[in-house]
Amino acid sequence: MARLLEVNNLRTQFFTQDGVVNAVNGISYTLDEGETLGIVGESGCGKSVGVMSLIKLIPTPPGKIVEGSVIFNGENLIDMSDGEIRSVRGNKIGMIFQDPMTSLNPVLTIGRQIQEALELHMGMDKAQSKARAIELLELVGIPSAADRINDYPHQFSGGMRQRVMIAIGLSCNPQLLIADEPTTALDVTIQAQIVDLVKKLRDDLGMAIIWITHDLGVVAGLADRMLVMYAGMIVEEAPVKELYANPSHPYTVGLLGSLPRLDQVSGEKLDSIEGLPPDLIDLPKGCPFHARCKYRIEKCFTENPPLKTIGVGHKAACWIDVTKDPITTERPYQEV
Amino acid sequence: MSEQKDVLLRVDGLKMYFPITQGIVVQRHVGDVKAVDGLTFDIHQGETLGLVGESGCGKSTTGRAILQLYKPTAGQVIFEGEDITAMRGESLRKMRRRMQMIFQDPYASLNPRMTVGNIVSEPLEVHSLFNGKERREKVKELLDVVGLNPYFVNRYPHEFSGGQRQRIGVARALALNPDFIVCDEPISALDVSIQAQVINLLEDLQQEFGLTYLFIAHDLSVVRHISDRIAVMYLGKLVELTTRDELYANPMHPYSQALLSAVPIPDPVVEEKRQRVILEGDVPSPANPPKGCNFCTRCPKAFEPCYETEPEFKEIESGHWVACHLY
Repeated sequence: MARLLEVNNLRTQFFTQDGVVNAVNGISYTLDEGETLGIVGESGCGKSVGVMSLIKLIPTPPGKIVEGSVIFNGENLIDMSDGEIRSVRGNKIGMIFQDPMTSLNPVLTIGRQIQEALELHMGMDKAQSKARAIELLELVGIPSAADRINDYPHQFSGGMRQRVMIAIGLSCNPQLLIADEPTTALDVTIQAQIVDLVKKLRDDLGMAIIWITHDLGVVAGLADRMLVMYAGMIVEEAPVKELYANPSHPYTVGLLGSLPRLDQVSGEKLDSIEGLPPDLIDLPKGCPFHARCKYRIEKCFTENPPLKTIGVGHKAACWIDVTKDPITTERPYQEV
Repeated sequence: MSEQKDVLLRVDGLKMYFPITQGIVVQRHVGDVKAVDGLTFDIHQGETLGLVGESGCGKSTTGRAILQLYKPTAGQVIFEGEDITAMRGESLRKMRRRMQMIFQDPYASLNPRMTVGNIVSEPLEVHSLFNGKERREKVKELLDVVGLNPYFVNRYPHEFSGGQRQRIGVARALALNPDFIVCDEPISALDVSIQAQVINLLEDLQQEFGLTYLFIAHDLSVVRHISDRIAVMYLGKLVELTTRDELYANPMHPYSQALLSAVPIPDPVVEEKRQRVILEGDVPSPANPPKGCNFCTRCPKAFEPCYETEPEFKEIESGHWVACHLY
């Protein structure tokens, strides 16, 4: 399949009173047309900022994309002017945000909010855009769409609002849909509805998806390929089955170990990752994960491992091979 | 884990209604939000009872009503043979020493202007336990128990991360040596790797101090991990109550079945093969629950009686309670 997106060495920083926050530290990845990429990581690992940087939705100042390029359909989005990027956002690249309660405008009707993008990007008139908006609401499964188009966001439940957000994201037939934790604020039964809906729409419309989440469960049934982020860096990249079957970075191993699973007999202790993620203002020398790592060796304190290929489409940034090397019982310790 | 043990707490017909009023000067009572509508269950000594359900189903209200943080509309809460809903004043205050709570949001449940030492020692102060140096020693001991450095006593909550703050909340709950702790979604505000730390801590403390937990959560994987028995709640009512293994092997109520199938499993191979029961629509409003069974509006197996009469919560098999007309 053709290459849709290519991110090269993207680096985003925030210049704050406390110092420079290294939110995204040189990430590179690609996405093909129609592919679904899952990005997982904990809060503050730079997954949202990394994706917001793609379409320059970083508040500037304090934020700044200091390095890197984002090639979308052969054009570098980072070099675009504000006007040019605005014609891409909501048009070729659609977005769904995390919180459906706050990302809709409470004083505009649902219809108006969907029609806005259609009139702006597709040049439709009011009647055309209204017909299309009703069509979109039906597509995302909102009953009696023709009536509900005149309702305000407060008249919709959380799950319904997220459906409206998806309708807005899809309104201009985007080639890429960015979903930033779209189900985090929803209940499990509603989450299942939304995931099911997105899968169906993807298969019907053939767009590529970047799905950001902290929940390794949600993306397991959805993504083709996965990125694991930690402290603003990609620590592992693999096809989805490979990642869950052979996690090759100690952080991924730890994340999977710390999840209680519904389909497994419990009673054993969870394999938690000790400690806390590093401060992004003052990143440690060497590998960012070394302070919490069970496998660390001397080298981890001084040199940050590069993301290197370890299998077909499988990359990990680690000095050791977690599948072979045992957990070191006497770990080298460094006073901080 | 736990065999059939003594009943520590019995909840009998617990109802908690919140009135809806209209009018500015004269408040007319026009209806009720039936947050909790007639719950009956036991909690055994030393066990963890998981209480699961979606947001707005009344799980937290149940926890609070049991601890008498709300005055229940009806029903009894019997703690070791004594009805605490009938207690007032000093006797209730004494009883509270034995029942504590861990709150959901560690960012909102700690007073930002109090030091960690003050937060943890406040329950001791309120109940006039220990004095001066002894109390300070006790606080340090508590911090040590929950895995925090005792030197942190003079720090403020904002200096800690979410997981550490939740540990402070746990230390505060443990201060009075309670028998029973209501854990109200203690980990849902935390990151995955930190969640596991807090779950492990709660399990260790239970073993060490012989605690009994009511563990409220919406995450079924976590509840499966920590609970001995699980109660499933929908719109203010219990729909199913049984042992953990029985619930996951043999869920009987259509809602439990749908809820279990909606939980994603972190394994793409398993996910590919799974058959989902996807529920249509949303939870009805607790101010205006449907006639008959509360779940009839979304139930894939609903038939005539479901729209007419409310199903009874009854024991189908030994220790397996279900409220459904199918059985």
